[in-house]
Amino acid sequence: MGQGNIAAHEENVDVEEIEPGDILKILKAHQGDVGGLISILQEIQSTYGYLPAEALRIVGRQTGRSMVDIYGVATFYRSFSLKPRGRHLICACLGTACHVRGAPRVVDELEQQLGIKAGQTTEDKEFTLETLNCLGACALGPVVVIDGHYFSKVTRARIRPLLDKALEGFDTTELGKDSRIFPIEVSCPHCGHSLMDDGSTIDGHPSIKVTISMDHRDGWLRLSSLYGSYNFSSEFEVPHNTVVRFLCPSCREELPSTSDCSTCGAPMVPMLVNGGGIVKVCSRRGCRNHMLDLI
Amino acid sequence: MITLKINGLDVTVEKGSTVLEAANFIGFPIPTLCHMDGLTPYGACRLCVVEIGEGPGAKLVSSCTYPAEEGLVVRTASSRVLEARRMVLELLLASCPQSKTIQDLASAHGIRRQRFRQEYEDCILCGLCVRMCAEQMMAGAIGFRNRGENRSIGTPFDIKSEECRLCGGCMYVCPACQLRCTYTEPEKAVCGGCANLTPPCVEKEQFKDMMCYMNPCVACEIKKD
Repeated sequence: MGQGNIAAHEENVDVEEIEPGDILKILKAHQGDVGGLISILQEIQSTYGYLPAEALRIVGRQTGRSMVDIYGVATFYRSFSLKPRGRHLICACLGTACHVRGAPRVVDELEQQLGIKAGQTTEDKEFTLETLNCLGACALGPVVVIDGHYFSKVTRARIRPLLDKALEGFDTTELGKDSRIFPIEVSCPHCGHSLMDDGSTIDGHPSIKVTISMDHRDGWLRLSSLYGSYNFSSEFEVPHNTVVRFLCPSCREELPSTSDCSTCGAPMVPMLVNGGGIVKVCSRRGCRNHMLDLI
Repeated sequence: MITLKINGLDVTVEKGSTVLEAANFIGFPIPTLCHMDGLTPYGACRLCVVEIGEGPGAKLVSSCTYPAEEGLVVRTASSRVLEARRMVLELLLASCPQSKTIQDLASAHGIRRQRFRQEYEDCILCGLCVRMCAEQMMAGAIGFRNRGENRSIGTPFDIKSEECRLCGGCMYVCPACQLRCTYTEPEKAVCGGCANLTPPCVEKEQFKDMMCYMNPCVACEIKKD
């Protein structure tokens, strides 16, 4: 107890620089929010992937909470991590149902393939492996969640392909297998300027280039112009489940949303299709809802 | 004022008192480990169980957290209470056998055996030190971390806390570490165990079982002079 693992902790003292301004922004959004500590910590965690010690100190100073309270909450919940996590988070369910269906063997296989134990992160910072105790999907066990994607009835043989797919990204679309995929050309509904970027191709076709804005950060986002393909690239990583604002790179106006996504409720972003019609895509990362209105 | 019946005797106490306070007031001592006057009741050790109500509706509650109610019927030493208390003590002995306080209490309750897997914890998580630090010393340097079987008390990140003023209050109130921390000088309720270590507690690895959150240790500082 007490001072036992000082040495162990010093290794984990964050080397990564954190931006106090970012933390202050999060805190400002929660000002006057009684008992908002958990939501503050959740936002910090979604920004950095973990809770940096310095960030917790800033939260303590700004909210007047004592450091032990914040540390107690941060260590109480499994979803909070004080150690930096890898780019891909793998959660293997070890609940009773998954356990009797062979989850321990799945975890063994994951540990072997990754060369780490549960709760650790690979040296190349690609994967973090964690176990949890029930996802409520017991009939589908063993369940493994990778980057928010759920995989049911996982066997040892499926682990390697799943890891490879995770490195590739689950959002990529396999082309050539679907006859419903066809290229479109779009332009901004505000200024009419073409959004096509011939200089950079995705799926072998010119990409659609827009500016996205998230957390006061702007950057480019290139979407595949193939209708039905979800492949894209972006200037900065957009966390799963985040809603971003879409702006036209020419007129800097926001692409005005006129309807909400029928699946997740986020605003649908319209773009004019050359030749008539409007294509709408959901502004939430990970939501694949889209529609094409031909006039 | 509230009147309640404890072990058949009527006792009148002020509104807001707990059953434990009422029982102590009339002279029925109830053993506790996690209760201390001046600190908020916590109800962690469960040693202060009493039986309230009558007949089949009677139930066991922790008296340190149960507010005195008008007409409440309390038994502080019924056979059910004593049995529960003995079980609590036996479990405490199983986790923390080296505590003098727990040994004495167990002995006083006639416990002669310990049927559970023996462990040698140095903390019963009663939270006295945490409340002492926050409420009396106004520091808030130590607190609970983690949960379940990994729950422990200590400073954030296990490093020296900026809030800690080395008052030693945490060790003074601790029911688990008194024996070890007073070492050879029982009248001095301040840590002295590490003073006898070679090399001294600078090497924290050897020092980790000492119930000492202070950095540097008061005893070590005194020794230097």
